[in-house]
Amino acid sequence: MLTTVQDLGRYGYERYGVPVSGAMDQFALRAANLLVGNPPHAAALEITLAGPTLRATDKCLIAVTGADLSLRVNDWEMPPWMAIFVRQGWTITFGDRKSGCRAYLAVAGGIDVMPIMGSRSTYLSGGFGGVEGRALRQGDVIPVGVVPFHLPERAGRSFPSNLVPDYSDAPEIHVVLGPQDDYFTDEGMATFLSGEYQVGPTSDRMGYRLQGPEIAHKGRADIISDGIPLGAVQVPANRQPIVMMADRQTTGGYPKIATVISADIPLLAQCLPGQSTVRFEAIGVEEAQSRYRRMMKALEEVR
Amino acid sequence: MYGEPRFLLAGDAALVVEFGDEISPEVNHRVHVLAHALEQNPFPGLGEAVPTYRSLLVHYDPLCLSFEEAKTFVLDVLGKCEEIPLPEPRLVEIPTVYGGEFGPDTEFVAEHNGLSVEEVVRLHSGATYTVYMLGFTPGFTYLGGLPEALATPRLPTPRKLVPAGSVGIAGSQTGMYAITTPGGWRLIGRTPATLFDPARIPPTLLRPGDRVRFVPISAEEFHTLMEGAKSGA
Repeated sequence: MLTTVQDLGRYGYERYGVPVSGAMDQFALRAANLLVGNPPHAAALEITLAGPTLRATDKCLIAVTGADLSLRVNDWEMPPWMAIFVRQGWTITFGDRKSGCRAYLAVAGGIDVMPIMGSRSTYLSGGFGGVEGRALRQGDVIPVGVVPFHLPERAGRSFPSNLVPDYSDAPEIHVVLGPQDDYFTDEGMATFLSGEYQVGPTSDRMGYRLQGPEIAHKGRADIISDGIPLGAVQVPANRQPIVMMADRQTTGGYPKIATVISADIPLLAQCLPGQSTVRFEAIGVEEAQSRYRRMMKALEEVR
Repeated sequence: MYGEPRFLLAGDAALVVEFGDEISPEVNHRVHVLAHALEQNPFPGLGEAVPTYRSLLVHYDPLCLSFEEAKTFVLDVLGKCEEIPLPEPRLVEIPTVYGGEFGPDTEFVAEHNGLSVEEVVRLHSGATYTVYMLGFTPGFTYLGGLPEALATPRLPTPRKLVPAGSVGIAGSQTGMYAITTPGGWRLIGRTPATLFDPARIPPTLLRPGDRVRFVPISAEEFHTLMEGAKSGA
């Protein structure tokens, strides 16, 4: 069980070596916040595979998005992607995984832990952010911010079903080539763009370690360390790609063959380590950006 | 150093401005000059600029800007760089205990380079370094300017835990571990200075482009300074 507090991330400190962190699936986080009337950057719980049992110490309004982990409220089965009014003393529980890997539980008012460098996101390896820089554990009391509206008013509101992503266990992930695609042979590029890669069992919030056909470098498998954007696909000397995710280190010395497009990061984030497989397809940067704009516009229209 | 900087795609929300394919003070200086010029001349949609040895990763908001637009803005600022000189760099002194338990590889570094331990300390603390970049882990400080006579390869197998404040050598670089992490640099000393504190803004004692000098101190001074840091003095 791994449940952490996450928001949209800690920006502006990468130059000091501080990872961005934040929700792995930012679309799901934004949707959950939207459903409960929060601003997009409000902090929520990121729940990985096995959900915690939560008890409401006061009435609250929640929404659970992202992975479908069989949400139950007061022991009633409840649909995800919907705002639910929870009375004091009711429990929120999770069961079997039906799809995806990470669920987001937003609560009206937001999770109100102390911001560190402007963000409430938990950075586990650094031990800061969220609740004491760690994952939640039994007995934790999670503070919730003040809500500026009458809770039941928003209950029952659903996210349009046509906008709920289809979390596949074998998605096609789009990438923009570069910044170091020139470090790979033509054959290496073709392998990367045609092979099927399994999401390795040790994949985590820092990186998705993929296993599949070997990607050949032209020469050296290292570069002079440079900055690592979200979704960068590093290929070290073992020729197996690693996609750098939310808790990625800020700099690194492996060549980056491509970068996963912003709109597809949520699909990758919902892939299950040890089980899901992915394929990559290269698209142009303009197309990547228009996909991201479409995704954000869809959220805007729900608001 | 390249004649003209290269612009590289780093996905749909960032670009890289690369000035060369070498670790050198000249190339790194250009990175810091552009980072500073962008800070002084931000454009709408500009995100953080992350300086590294030889390139600048520039984040931008794809809701506001296309890659070509972002590139045009950055090129415009590049053209103005000469009018926006870097401010005089700060010189930060880092008190450091060399050798012994604080720098368990000092004797190896000495032997590897045919020097005495005293000469290692004298050479390392006699130079002035530039913070090329911070990265890898929070606050890890990569410094340029190591005397060639001290260059030493990394450990064949990294240590599982390197204490925060450790000063090390890897190849022709020297640097500092700001938090306790695994690491493979040859350790020659340790500073009691708090290099990284998440509650502080900025969180690091050092910033990219700063100048650094190491000031040798005794183990007693180290412990006194550590106590002082703990009690907030």
